[in-house]
Amino acid sequence: MNVHLTQKISYHLLRVITYAIVISVGYILFDIIRHGLPVISWDFLTGFPRRSGSEGGILPAILGTIYLTLVTIAVALPLGVGCAIYLSEYAEQNRFSELVRLAIITLAGVPSIVYGLFGLGLFVIFCRFGASILAGSLTLACMVLPIIIVASEEALRAVPRGFREASLALGATKWQTIRTNVLPYSISGMITGSILAIGRAAGETAPILLTVAAFFLPKLPGSIFDQVMALPYHLYILATQHPETEKVLPLQYGTALVLLLLVLGMNIGAVIVRIHFRKKYKW
Amino acid sequence: MRMDKFMRLLLISTASISILIVALIFLFLGKEAFPFALEPGLGKLFDSRWVPVSFQEERYGIYPLVAGSSLVTLLAMLISIPLSIIGAIYISEVAQSIEREILKPFIEILASIPSVVLGFFGLVVLAPLVKNIFGLSSGLNALTAALLLALMALPTIITISEDALASVPQSFKQASLALGASELQTIFKVTVPAALPGIIAAIMLGIGRVIGETMAVLMVSGNSAIISFYPLDSIRTMTATIAAEMGEVPFGSHHYQALFWIGIVLLFATFVLNILSRLVLKKYGMAQ
Amino acid sequence: MVNKKETSKPIIQAIDVNFYYGTTQALFEISLDIAPQRVTALIGPSGCGKSTFLRCLNRMNDIIPKTRLTGKVLINDRDIYDENENIVELRKQVGMVFQKSNPFPKSIFDNVAYGPRIHKLNGKNQLIEIVEKSLQRAALWDEVKDRLNDNAMSLSGGQQQRLCIARALAVDPQILLMDEPASALDPKSTTRIEDLIGELRTDYTIVIVTHNMQQAARVSDETAFFYEGQLIEFSPTKKIFTKPKQKQTEDYITGRFG
Repeated sequence: MNVHLTQKISYHLLRVITYAIVISVGYILFDIIRHGLPVISWDFLTGFPRRSGSEGGILPAILGTIYLTLVTIAVALPLGVGCAIYLSEYAEQNRFSELVRLAIITLAGVPSIVYGLFGLGLFVIFCRFGASILAGSLTLACMVLPIIIVASEEALRAVPRGFREASLALGATKWQTIRTNVLPYSISGMITGSILAIGRAAGETAPILLTVAAFFLPKLPGSIFDQVMALPYHLYILATQHPETEKVLPLQYGTALVLLLLVLGMNIGAVIVRIHFRKKYKW
Repeated sequence: MRMDKFMRLLLISTASISILIVALIFLFLGKEAFPFALEPGLGKLFDSRWVPVSFQEERYGIYPLVAGSSLVTLLAMLISIPLSIIGAIYISEVAQSIEREILKPFIEILASIPSVVLGFFGLVVLAPLVKNIFGLSSGLNALTAALLLALMALPTIITISEDALASVPQSFKQASLALGASELQTIFKVTVPAALPGIIAAIMLGIGRVIGETMAVLMVSGNSAIISFYPLDSIRTMTATIAAEMGEVPFGSHHYQALFWIGIVLLFATFVLNILSRLVLKKYGMAQ
Repeated sequence: MVNKKETSKPIIQAIDVNFYYGTTQALFEISLDIAPQRVTALIGPSGCGKSTFLRCLNRMNDIIPKTRLTGKVLINDRDIYDENENIVELRKQVGMVFQKSNPFPKSIFDNVAYGPRIHKLNGKNQLIEIVEKSLQRAALWDEVKDRLNDNAMSLSGGQQQRLCIARALAVDPQILLMDEPASALDPKSTTRIEDLIGELRTDYTIVIVTHNMQQAARVSDETAFFYEGQLIEFSPTKKIFTKPKQKQTEDYITGRFG
């Protein structure tokens, strides 16, 4: 067969398969939006669930997820950024920095359910936090830490070496140099990484299954030592544990859509931040 | 200068925290799991039945769970590897740059969909489809789980493979083209072989992701703890077992400890895959 | 080898300096006296150690891991490699301009004010004064005085390099190290930088690394020729370009290698 024709056919085949992947992603989004959108209303978003989730809204689950992610990021962000600054600006090629890198790689690969077991063993039982926002958030923070570190380190390394040299040559100390001439230009990458981490934390179910999530709790938490409902867990419960799963299908779709919008919204936000800062700082 | 020394120390201690967390994960999984080794003994785990709650004799054999995890992982990879390599080749080597900018966000979106949402989609859309196609009484089986897992492994494998393909030096490709090879021949005889280590590492990371995935398999695999290698059987994975049973076990019981042992098996499996793939990437200079 | 005709006391003295990157030795037993308020050029083929030597003079090599220096570098009779040496003070005293202009992506004003602010020489009025004076000395004031708040990245390459010089001058150094400051610039901007060096020599001690021999001949009073990490010859520039003592120097200057 003609070489040119073979190539043309092969390319078409590759294209068809690639677009099949894209279309299946598109279909998942389409299906959830189509069935979820009619369910979403003001009452659904701001109402409390009734009759163990068979009716009513999902406000406690939305707020629970927001509380969880806020505490998670408050813990993980300073640690992650600090670790990234160490790796990018201070670390020499030695045992310690290699060990830190190995630890980050390991953390990135630990399955989410294993984080759940770990959080149960350490935070819930050993630290006596019980199933609580605190225990769940600390567990999630451990899980998203590598995401923040990797993104922040990349952002730091993107700052040209010349900025550091020029600042040091003017007599600035290392920390002055980092604070005034490295951090301001890498902040966008750090924000991007953190938003992605928040998105990941918001969507995870397995770690909070064992450390925080409440099956049905139609009230808002009073402190970080309280249990909360969370969107992903609520969806799981409605879809598999509810006595009348068929009947609450619309509520499942509504919850899935809210969760999806929350997570995708975060990702889109991260992209916008990246573009915005890229315009602001050019070198 | 004093500020400088203080910041240095502070940053070193934050960096140490990641080491500390890894140590604590091993420590606390070990701590909760350990008593099982004394009583009833580790031998109990090497058994072909998982019947943790029983009026006669509790059985804690993890073979069916390992078999379940292996089956869905294998199936998922059979589906995912060819698709994602083709996707990576198309995006990196064939697509126009505008097309690439449209395709890549879709892959990123797929990566960011929460697994519980995919599991839900699997439950309400995919499982009925599988059920009707094969004329089964239930669509909750290894195949349905594998289809979802294949979807979840796609972004990991595509992204890393694409990086590997893109990092093949342009000079290789030009040399091949200059010798009269067609673009297609160049892709499959030069570019792909040169990027192979990266692609293999991508596959290993994909396997790690699939083995550790919990919610989607919990929701659609049917959850029967049987040893079967038939794709249309309902199976139960290690991850799903922990997620489904941990909520109801009495704290400190043998059952509770056995679930932590499953966690340790998972931790080691993903740890080894992760380290191996990084070694491959590092050896061939493809580490990010 | 070392030329000691200079009557005034040297401001920089290098004594038996050896420098290592890991296990590779980059400088061998360099001894060299540099007189104040003179322009000293360091020349030699690439990789000869001239830039490494320059960066020893303000300890910029410290930021490269696994480097080591033996011997002594005295500035105003103080050993800058002494363990009690305050690097911040040293770098305030010894300014540096880099090969590739590296203004910060801040406003022109903030670039020049960066050093004074770090060293707490502020007070708003004083700062304005310092910035203006430094820009004038760097022959940039007239071009930028109406747009001090513009981003420094909007300047042309030559202007950026003069801004970097102004930035270095703003902390009032005694010595100015220049690492091929004009190598990335067009001929016209190069001339401006060279003229500027001529003007600055009355107030500053300047050490300039250059691969351009004509430039060394034009701007410097003294020239040191480096080859493979060794100081081959150090003489008044006129002499080195007309009657070099060493065969290697002559070969390099006449373009037989490098």
